[in-house]
Amino acid sequence: MDEPGTAVPRSALPQAGQFALELTGVSRHFGALVAIADIDMTVRAGERRAVLGSNGAGKTTLFNAITGDFPPTSGRVRLFGEDVTYLPVHERIRRGLRRTYQISLLFGGLSVIENIFLACRGVGRGRFSLLRPRPDDGAMEMAETLLDAVHLDDRRDTPVAELSHGEQRQLEVALALSGAPRLILFDEPAAGLSPSERADLVEILQSLPPHIGFIVIEHDMDVALRVAERVTMMHNGRIFKQGTPEEIENDPEIQELYLGHGERGGGRA
Amino acid sequence: MFGAAGKSSAYPLGINPAILLVAVFLLGYPLFASDFFTFQIGAYSLILGTIALSLTMLAGYGGMVSLAQMTVAGFAAYVMAILGTNSVGVMGLGWPWWLTAAIAILGAALLSTFIGAISARTEGIYTIMITLAIAVAFFYFVRQNYVIFNGFTGFAGIEPPTLFGVYWRDPMPFYYLCLAVAAFFYFAVLYGSRSSFGLGLQAVRDNPRRVRALGINVFSHRVVAYFYAGAIAGTAGVLLVWFNGRVSPGLVGVDMVIDILVIAVIGGLGAPIGPFLGAVAFVLLENFAIDLIDRERFNTVIGLAFLLIVLFSPDGMLGLWRRAESRIRLPRANALWGARANRDDWHSASSPKRM
Repeated sequence: MDEPGTAVPRSALPQAGQFALELTGVSRHFGALVAIADIDMTVRAGERRAVLGSNGAGKTTLFNAITGDFPPTSGRVRLFGEDVTYLPVHERIRRGLRRTYQISLLFGGLSVIENIFLACRGVGRGRFSLLRPRPDDGAMEMAETLLDAVHLDDRRDTPVAELSHGEQRQLEVALALSGAPRLILFDEPAAGLSPSERADLVEILQSLPPHIGFIVIEHDMDVALRVAERVTMMHNGRIFKQGTPEEIENDPEIQELYLGHGERGGGRA
Repeated sequence: MFGAAGKSSAYPLGINPAILLVAVFLLGYPLFASDFFTFQIGAYSLILGTIALSLTMLAGYGGMVSLAQMTVAGFAAYVMAILGTNSVGVMGLGWPWWLTAAIAILGAALLSTFIGAISARTEGIYTIMITLAIAVAFFYFVRQNYVIFNGFTGFAGIEPPTLFGVYWRDPMPFYYLCLAVAAFFYFAVLYGSRSSFGLGLQAVRDNPRRVRALGINVFSHRVVAYFYAGAIAGTAGVLLVWFNGRVSPGLVGVDMVIDILVIAVIGGLGAPIGPFLGAVAFVLLENFAIDLIDRERFNTVIGLAFLLIVLFSPDGMLGLWRRAESRIRLPRANALWGARANRDDWHSASSPKRM
């Protein structure tokens, strides 16, 4: 694929040993319900991490705490060394954070290219411009590149409401790759995809430029363990285990809890 | 849609004949219409339509129903009276018309921005209530303030300039002035709907949470929309004070505030032509309902028309037109394509776009 997001400023490239994300004692309560509690987690710049766990384990809440959709009740969130705990969502996005949603959240009245263009424009200049973008506009050029990268070039001018579920998931990935992403949070990107679409997705994730790290929530262990360098297991709002995909796969406790005795790969967490 | 320009047009010269016909009609209208129809119906409809267009921009494209658009237009009208020339001996600083008009429009845009800054963090009924409260507060303020706004009486004797040897309040020149302003803003809104800002505004309307996750500041985007809408309403306010020759609290009263909403809704919020259709219907009813019913019952007629349209066509007159168009086209299509014509395709092709 083309390399979206390669035109990053030098200052945005990960430095050796720099953490893309540091969570310290992050908790999120909804009234009496504790969705996540005391999460300590670090993700290196450029690292690919999978977060696994059963439904209700707190994976999506963790993402919401990182992006600021639901700021943490307590704890600190640091992004590339900067404390962003109290920054609004759009400010975190402008610092290189991106996310996709469990259920595709797209703009159905706009076309595919308009959705991607908007994402490219959102992190760049000219958001308030009343002029229509020209083909040589930087954001438009990037949008065209991303369109090609996620294999939606033949659906360029199609209203998003008319896309299939799989195509909408691909478009979500394109939105996440817009601008100069440094850390992307993928929330169940393979949900509802056919086997061939999953293969496409894995290819897209594996071919991301090395400076782009990501955290992926995924129920499909096959997808998650193929794209991740490290895995974090969550249970009841807490981190339960962390390790390499092999360590997680071979951990007897996890096999007992999630994979069932004797099952390897392809199971559902 | 980007890149659509490259597609070949189905119409000769690339222009829809219906649009061409409307343009010719609007340009030639004063040549066959009486002064009354040119000025009281034509020009007034264009002015009200332009004010309602500012509401359509906010509500239709941005999902923000502001009831303060008439207040913004009225503010511009007051600025014209206060800084320019009036005949009541209060204020009337006598500044040149072009400077006064520029300040009036800019002031209106800034007032609208202020209203946006107050209301943009709210949604739905709360936006309506806040903007209504601001409109009512402004009405009572100008009615009770005699030092600047001359209270209940307001100002009279406010006239447009004589420029290039033309007195611009004569029916025909004034109509063309209003037509030029309305056409400018109509095409500006139409063009701007596909600009970076316009796409962002529609995205904010559809899903503010997702927009934030694209790096766009939803609050700022909404406030800037209020600024642009304020400039449109302010320009129409300048025309309105030249049309009336006077400005008083009645211009910014609750009745007028609601009238603008009615115009926008009965016309249809789905496209920038809607407010102009609504304005024509409103002004015709306002002028001729008296022939059908007592003048005191005028609002009953407007209310009934509003109810009927909302009940039978929630997307206003635009929706009625589109449904009628699809019914006319469908039998033709069946005749052309035979019994196997795909009805679903025809319906979807002509179904009103949300935006």
